[in-house]
Amino acid sequence: MDFRIPFGSWVEAGLDWIEDNLDWLFDLLAAVYVALYDAVVWVVATPPAVVVIAVLAVLALAARGWRFGLGTALGLLFIVGVDQWDNAMETLALVVVAAFLAIVVAVPLGIWAARSDRVSAVIKPVMDFLQTMPAFVYLIPAIGLFGIGVAPGIFATVLFALAPGVRLTELGIRGVDREVVEAGQAFGSTPGRILRQIQLPLAMPSIMAGINQVIMLSLSMVVIAGMVGAGGLGGDVTKSLSALDTALGFEAGLSVVILAIILDRFTGAFGMKRGLHLIRRLRARGRADDAATTASSPGATAPSTARDTVAA
Amino acid sequence: MNDDTIALRADGLYKVFGRHADEAVIRLHQGTPRDQLGHGTTAAVIDASFEVRRGEIFVVMGLSGSGKSTLIRMLNGLHEATAGTVEIGGERITDIAPKRLREIRRQRVSMVFQHFALLPHRTVLDNVAYGLEIQGVAKAEREAKAREVTQIVGLAGWEDKLPGQLSGGMQQRVGLARALTADTDVLLMDEAFSALDPLIRREMQEQLLDLQATLGKTIIFITHDLNEAMFLGDRIAVMRDGRIVQVGTPEEILTDPANEYVEQFVQDVDRTRVLTAESVMRKPRAVVHPTAGARGALQVMRDEQLSAVYVTQRDRTLIGWVSDRDALDAVRRGERSLERIVRPDHGAVAHDTPLAELFIPALEAQLPLGVTDARGRLVGVVPRVTLLATLGGEPEADAQASPRPDPLPAAVVDRALEAAVDSGALETKEAI
Ligand SMILES: Nc1ncnc2c1ncn2[C@@H]1O[C@H](COP(=O)(O)OP(=O)(O)O)[C@@H](O)[C@H]1O
Ligand SMILES: [Mg+2]
Repeated sequence: MDFRIPFGSWVEAGLDWIEDNLDWLFDLLAAVYVALYDAVVWVVATPPAVVVIAVLAVLALAARGWRFGLGTALGLLFIVGVDQWDNAMETLALVVVAAFLAIVVAVPLGIWAARSDRVSAVIKPVMDFLQTMPAFVYLIPAIGLFGIGVAPGIFATVLFALAPGVRLTELGIRGVDREVVEAGQAFGSTPGRILRQIQLPLAMPSIMAGINQVIMLSLSMVVIAGMVGAGGLGGDVTKSLSALDTALGFEAGLSVVILAIILDRFTGAFGMKRGLHLIRRLRARGRADDAATTASSPGATAPSTARDTVAA
Repeated sequence: MNDDTIALRADGLYKVFGRHADEAVIRLHQGTPRDQLGHGTTAAVIDASFEVRRGEIFVVMGLSGSGKSTLIRMLNGLHEATAGTVEIGGERITDIAPKRLREIRRQRVSMVFQHFALLPHRTVLDNVAYGLEIQGVAKAEREAKAREVTQIVGLAGWEDKLPGQLSGGMQQRVGLARALTADTDVLLMDEAFSALDPLIRREMQEQLLDLQATLGKTIIFITHDLNEAMFLGDRIAVMRDGRIVQVGTPEEILTDPANEYVEQFVQDVDRTRVLTAESVMRKPRAVVHPTAGARGALQVMRDEQLSAVYVTQRDRTLIGWVSDRDALDAVRRGERSLERIVRPDHGAVAHDTPLAELFIPALEAQLPLGVTDARGRLVGVVPRVTLLATLGGEPEADAQASPRPDPLPAAVVDRALEAAVDSGALETKEAI
């Protein structure tokens, strides 16, 4: 006798039903995704590469100091040098859109889970599921729902990258000193006000760590999304794989690494203190050098995080 | 029922954490012991009822885990009571809409926390102004008020610092200032000084008493420290395993503990600061009035085996004391009046003198130390033995005090009295 659970067929049947009945919803989502993507691509790909590099380098300088500014400029120039600039900008646009959408969903979900044990109990296993499922499995139904292109890539990326945003938001809010929240209540503050004035500010480091992870996961997934024709660096990585083109593979791959490090350091900078390097620097003029070294030290672990997630 | 002098009233309060809370209340009510409620059900507060008067410092004292924090959190609705009611200023705050509860918290009751619970990302001034901000007071006005209170608690000059830049004691001053600025009648303080080191703690306690004296707040103060309770409390509620086992003034708790638990608890308190002469004094064995004359006085001392006795007016106003030897000499000399042998240096203390200040007078006095009321009347005496016993001291210490003469042998006195044939009006002892 054959023991066989037709789980796969159930999922398929469920997706078929969704395709038949919620087609309008996915059409709408697809339209939104594509519109957002096109807008971001327009911003980063329209100006000449030099202009974009200059702007990003200046931002990097403001965020973390001259070392990061210089590194950003050199890294981006390398990408131009290996002829991956357009791909890199497409990938960047995918990451920006997907991470933005993931954060917009994840942070409120995390807040909700932090306020209700029941919600938390439901959300936790769902998040575990979303994060541990092998990444490209999402691509299969995504193609079914959206067809080939940018939209399924963004959809799958949002699902895959959601979990740490939700989890670290919930963790951050639950980790806020109970007495401080009680103080808000004891003086008659409303729950919404306690959230805005106490819980969110105090949970911010944790939430920023979550956002950082969302972005890094988005980047790794966006590369995989190259398989479903989402384009960008992922497209070339996929192409090099099927053609066994080592040269192209490493050029595209290294470009991904460079983007990863830049994105990681940028979000890390926001997660550190309040305010950016430049502002702190203006405040404490005489100790500019100290500030630069402390600003770069928390990032010491960042490259490895970047590598791990990119390898995933 | 809405007596104007009652600021807060708790009636039959229960708080049960965990499963089957309501059922547990019924079972507790029927007499089921707290530890037999089953796994996962904690009765943190059981049947707590008390009234706090306006302007009073009401201390709730008990060991860690006895339910103090849970109790105080029911008084402003941070914990919802499982059963029972709380009234603040005559208005019920249990089972009311959240919106109304928030209004009451803004207007009537504020809180100081054990670990300060300041908003770490806001300046001292913003923290102090927090209550007013929530009340919707305009920025300029609330900052002016906050500045004023910050000054009162001694933090002028620190307004723009963040809490993290302050020491523990200063942070709690901010916590206190925040509660005072909210300007509510009732102030809840949960182990507010417990996290501070002892010297700072005493300083804060004194400041709290000062503030309370000028501002007239009603304060409910939680502590596990008996000395703190005794120092601050107008009245003290002692909690044990979720129940209030005794409510009383510090003296009542010390001198008349309701049960063995309270007695154990109060054993290590510094009684000398809490107890006053009044609380340990005894009835004098005897006093004599001037009308008794030398002979009368001598007779009383013989009967009571005393070497000296206090002399008072009929209305008990203390005049002085007389020794048996002086009385004997006077009788032998044939003097009738006490006038010449009464010594005015009676060394009596006021009835509200703390025990700590009785030692020296007690050791110097020739008689058990006299205690007088506000009008100078002798209301009692404190024998050295009593004093030492109250302090748990060694009886031998008494021997080291300045020696007192033994009473004269009765036979000697008898002979002298007989010799003075005359038997005038012998006013004998009159107990007071
Ligand atoms: N939120 C809670 N859930 C379950 N049990 C609690 C909770 N809060 C307090 N308790 C229990 O209630 C009892 C009283 O605690 P608490 O009021 O904090 O005591 P205290 O402040 O006197 O130290 C303790 O046994 C404690 O474990
Ligand atoms: Mg406590």
